[in-house]
Amino acid sequence: MSNTRQLDDTVMVEMRGVNKWYGQFHVLKDVNLKVRKGERIVICGPSGSGKSTTIRCINRLEEHQKGDIVVADTVLNNDLKNIETIRREVGMVFQHFNLFPHLTVLENCALAPIWVRKTPRAEAEEIAMKYLRRVRIEEQALKYPGQLSGGQQQRVAIARSLCMNPQVMLFDEPTSALDPEMIKEVLDVMIELAEEGMTMLCVTHEMGFAKTVADRVIFMDKGQIIEENVPDEFFNNPQSERTQAFLSQILNH
Amino acid sequence: MSDLSKVRHEMLPDLPPPENTTGPIGWVRRHLFSSVTNTVLTLFTLYILYILLVPTIDWAFLKADWFGETRDACTSGGACWVFVTSRFSQFLYGFYPEDLTWRIDLAFILLAVQLAWLMIPKLPYKGIVSILVLFVYPIVAFYLLYGGSFGLDVVETHKWGGLSLTLVLAVIGIVAALPFGVLLALGRRSEMPIVKSFCVVYIELWRGVPLITVLFMASVMLPLFVPAEVTFDKLLRALIGIVMFQSAYMAEVVRGGLQAIPKGQYEAAQALGLNYWKMMGLVVLPQALKLMIPGIVNTFIALFKDTSLVLIIGLFDLLAIVQAGLTDPKWLGYSVEGYAFVALMFWIFCFGMSKYSQHLERHFHTGHGSR
Repeated sequence: MSNTRQLDDTVMVEMRGVNKWYGQFHVLKDVNLKVRKGERIVICGPSGSGKSTTIRCINRLEEHQKGDIVVADTVLNNDLKNIETIRREVGMVFQHFNLFPHLTVLENCALAPIWVRKTPRAEAEEIAMKYLRRVRIEEQALKYPGQLSGGQQQRVAIARSLCMNPQVMLFDEPTSALDPEMIKEVLDVMIELAEEGMTMLCVTHEMGFAKTVADRVIFMDKGQIIEENVPDEFFNNPQSERTQAFLSQILNH
Repeated sequence: MSDLSKVRHEMLPDLPPPENTTGPIGWVRRHLFSSVTNTVLTLFTLYILYILLVPTIDWAFLKADWFGETRDACTSGGACWVFVTSRFSQFLYGFYPEDLTWRIDLAFILLAVQLAWLMIPKLPYKGIVSILVLFVYPIVAFYLLYGGSFGLDVVETHKWGGLSLTLVLAVIGIVAALPFGVLLALGRRSEMPIVKSFCVVYIELWRGVPLITVLFMASVMLPLFVPAEVTFDKLLRALIGIVMFQSAYMAEVVRGGLQAIPKGQYEAAQALGLNYWKMMGLVVLPQALKLMIPGIVNTFIALFKDTSLVLIIGLFDLLAIVQAGLTDPKWLGYSVEGYAFVALMFWIFCFGMSKYSQHLERHFHTGHGSR
């Protein structure tokens, strides 16, 4: 299965002793995580466990106060240049899609290549159409996000990130805001992306997705990594009591 | 099959709505005469309109005198529009030399053509025209109105007046206040303490002072603080005062719009690698400005009407010049016509702005608010 794949030894994302506080509240406690090139990681855990915060630290949507984060050989510190370099290499998909409502689907996708990568407009639109085709939504290219269904919007959001040709993709609960009948179309796109070798970190409650796609599943609670393992072991033989309790709650309903 | 089971095999056809509920008669019935109270209100309103409108139309149009040279032309007992028509050119151009008023006409026609070009959606080359309006036109307009080059005689600003002065004040005020307002609003939301405090102090200071005070300060106090040999033009001083005052108001309107943009939009822009100015310019401000259209136009309309305050520092805008005309002993007693004319002119421009803003709101509507 997927967890026996041979992976490159290149480290794509590394978090060492990362700590974060909101005021007095200690949200991330000594988070250590190493993601290799091409690796697919699923992070799960109860709400408020710090799983979203963890991946949001990777592209500096949240600032960590202690510890080191290195993404694609760039150290994440307060240097704006490094932050911008990292953000160019890291794509992110949000729970609420966050498409730009004043731009068409095509413009949403071509915006960053044009303004960040300085790609000529015609070429950027070509790239945008290529990825829109890949998420099977090219016929909606000239519509505005408000005219699309949730599932379609999320697929556009994935295409928008891919247009920047990122080395890592972060998914922050990409299917949580979707109606049940739309979850599959988004997961299918994510599975294809995984098969093409994209390095992915997904915060998700889709345990089916974790079982089929993930190389490693990480369980977080109260701001710390409690358990991590290959999916087979994680689901069939969880070691920690917290993991067992969590799994029994989400799998038996 | 049990009694509880129901199945529909053929779908029902679409039927037209019942008669009497559609068309103008249906509308009148539903909205004006739906109940006893509503009927009474409708009839009462019609009565009030009748007793107000009939004498007004009678006075303003049917019994009015329109053309002539002096008040002797007013014989029929209605409105004496002769006061307005005989001085019309003064009301438009102030004391601008009569043989040079074509320069004002040309300046405003040029502006109107460019604005119309930008407002009509189908016309091409919008980018080039925008650059013309913002960067080339101000220079052209300055030399047309003030002169001093290209063989055009200088017309000192104290000769400017009337509707053209009102429009000069309003257009420059509006065009300059918006960018300053945007910068101040961004500064007020900045995380840099010095930038933020400067903007907060600026906004609160200017918003806390009446415009009249600002104009007095600009015309009376400012010369005291600069060396005697440096003389600022009075109109320029008034303009600077108006722009500084209005940009503080504009900043608060813009801030309101910025606050309405969800955090997710900022995050998505950042995650794509856009820096601060690109994020603001490409993602946040275009959406915020759309939300702010009613507030911005409201401020523009207020600014437009506030320009008439310059009469207290001796500039003859439309209101001031009509008032000056009313003090002429030959025209004593015709102030109603004078003020009605001023009110109508102001109303036409303000209503025009209001209508255009409604059109813009519809134009920018791009489907239901997605996140």
